[in-house]
Amino acid sequence: MAEPASVAAESLAGSRARAARTVLGQVVLPGEELLLPEQEDAEGPGGAVERPLSLNARACSRVRVVCGPGLRRCGDRLLVTKCGRLRHKEPGSGSGGGVYWVDSQQKRYVPVKGDHVIGIVTAKSGDIFKVDVGGSEPASLSYLSFEGATKRNRPNVQVGDLIYGQFVVANKDMEPEMVCIDSCGRANGMGVIGQDGLLFKVTLGLIRKLLAPDCEIIQEVGKLYPLEIVFGMNGRIWVKAKTIQQTLILANILEACEHMTSDQRKQIFSRLAES
Amino acid sequence: MKETPLSNCERRFLLRAIEEKKRLDGRQTYDYRNIRISFGTDYGCCIVELGKTRVLGQVSCELVSPKLNRATEGILFFNLELSQMAAPAFEPGRQSDLLVKLNRLMERCLRNSKCIDTESLCVVAGEKVWQIRVDLHLLNHDGNIIDAASIAAIVALCHFRRPDVSVQGDEVTLYTPEERDPVPLSIHHMPICVSFAFFQQGDPNPTYLLVDPNEREERVMDGLLVIAMNKHREICTIQSSGGIMLLKDQVLRCSKIAGVKVAEITELILKALENDQKVRKEGGKFGFAESIANQRITAFKMEKAPIDTSDVEEKAEEIIAEAEPPSEVVSTPVLWTPGTAQIGEGVENSWGDLEDSEKEDDEGGGDQAIILDGIKMDTGVEVSDIGSQDAPIILSDSEEEEMIILEPDKNPKKIRTQTTSAKQEKAPSKKPVKRRKKKRAAN
Repeated sequence: MAEPASVAAESLAGSRARAARTVLGQVVLPGEELLLPEQEDAEGPGGAVERPLSLNARACSRVRVVCGPGLRRCGDRLLVTKCGRLRHKEPGSGSGGGVYWVDSQQKRYVPVKGDHVIGIVTAKSGDIFKVDVGGSEPASLSYLSFEGATKRNRPNVQVGDLIYGQFVVANKDMEPEMVCIDSCGRANGMGVIGQDGLLFKVTLGLIRKLLAPDCEIIQEVGKLYPLEIVFGMNGRIWVKAKTIQQTLILANILEACEHMTSDQRKQIFSRLAES
Repeated sequence: MKETPLSNCERRFLLRAIEEKKRLDGRQTYDYRNIRISFGTDYGCCIVELGKTRVLGQVSCELVSPKLNRATEGILFFNLELSQMAAPAFEPGRQSDLLVKLNRLMERCLRNSKCIDTESLCVVAGEKVWQIRVDLHLLNHDGNIIDAASIAAIVALCHFRRPDVSVQGDEVTLYTPEERDPVPLSIHHMPICVSFAFFQQGDPNPTYLLVDPNEREERVMDGLLVIAMNKHREICTIQSSGGIMLLKDQVLRCSKIAGVKVAEITELILKALENDQKVRKEGGKFGFAESIANQRITAFKMEKAPIDTSDVEEKAEEIIAEAEPPSEVVSTPVLWTPGTAQIGEGVENSWGDLEDSEKEDDEGGGDQAIILDGIKMDTGVEVSDIGSQDAPIILSDSEEEEMIILEPDKNPKKIRTQTTSAKQEKAPSKKPVKRRKKKRAAN
């Protein structure tokens, strides 16, 4: 069944599918198909797909490749669903073929399971809180999903509070559910975020950049003043410093970091560090 | 979609910042955001950007029969629409309150002020008059729609050219733009709306006001005062909403500010119109396509925010002049979980501590007894043992006096509090700021 499907797909696409390896780092558009490394040998120069269909072919030589955001499996190939640059990460432990994903930029958040996000409590109804996370629906958060919460010992959460939690259920058919404990029952940093500080919104790409390991921006910001900062994968950042002036400076710096090159950023930081 | 709710934390922060005369983008209380006016290829089409708020204005005309009771006057028609791309909360059918309010204000500002000479729009009395239609579309909502819309309306009207008409006896000839140049409308004056946001902060009299509120400030404001004025300092419309009580001198003060602002904006408009006129006459390129820079990404563009660090500088200099040699201080962030970092302070996590953080900011001495990295303190209070005893030392009763050391590998240092106690007399409320700066700068 895979063969007629892939033939139809290729004829519809109108052009030969490119090998994923050759497109790394380039911009791909939705609708493009990418070949995985093992399939390039099968494609002849004419492009006609005439592979013998054998039952146990490729069973041993197939490499497990993980399909990341922006890509979808389409038969034997990868179908691009978002526009952006194609990236690849080699597998760490040697098993599997690594991860492919599309690095795209957007501001609107779509809930994904396992993401840590900052939400705003909008309603308390019975045993659950409705939390706005910036998606199409508010997420539900049970009052028992806090560390040390029991039926008698309810957490102190008011409407309008900020919550840092992670999604346990997030798909496009149901309303997302989030919790503020991890699988062992510990809070691990999640829960209600304190009263002061400033919440602001940035693009999702900037959050991913700031959360990357060894991010220079965070280290440089840390040298300026003491601060508390929380990043939500839904584009929300909460910042708190000693005074309002410092908090505003930090918020403006983080928002501007998106559009600055690293040289400009170093200039600004050095100017602030002097003053 | 529902509007993103405003969290308590944001509201408090904004109100506190306003009390300290600080705005989110670094503006002063009476500052407007940058206004940018660009024209399209057709006459009467313009886009006005007030910061990130964007309004598109388009003027068109048509020959119709006049109203029965106004046989010699032309007809003006204004329409403001909130496009769904302006904000997620704008949906067809959902925005009625705001829409009605804005439309009414636009009508009063432009129609009742008689800024356009409607008699000149008459072609044949009782039979044919011009109907001028002004359509305004809000493309992006970042606060203060009414100001941007009024500027867009008046700019579009000034820019518009209607076809020329000549009447000879019973014959009326309507010339196409190719036959005769189109004629501008006859505009007496340019009314422009200026918005003032009021914040009460618990007093019956609103004590703080801001000019040109942006979207966040509009959410937390208590009342809005809109004054429509022209450059001759004539008030065309004045409207106060939100149920706040305004004193007479507050209204007078606002009208003076509005006079100044309107003069500046009118100058900007005239300059923009003149530039566009010049470009068209010289045969250069004009239109929206020209106002977009090529080879440059402008979608995620941000304007420079003036960050005021002036007072921080002088305070920091004081400390550095009198400071002791700095000890080593670690500045690497402590990563609790992916997404949560703590930098510097060796205290308990202050999440969930509601009252103490506020108290510390008010009492300047509150922070003196606290917090430096890696300090080993045997008891909670040892300030009196070391350093100058004559200076009064203020201790707060916050629970953070009990130091909890999180980095046991740091060298125990000399207690830092003695340095700050000597400076208690000067501006205590800024002390914590200065100490931090010194440490970080010494890095």
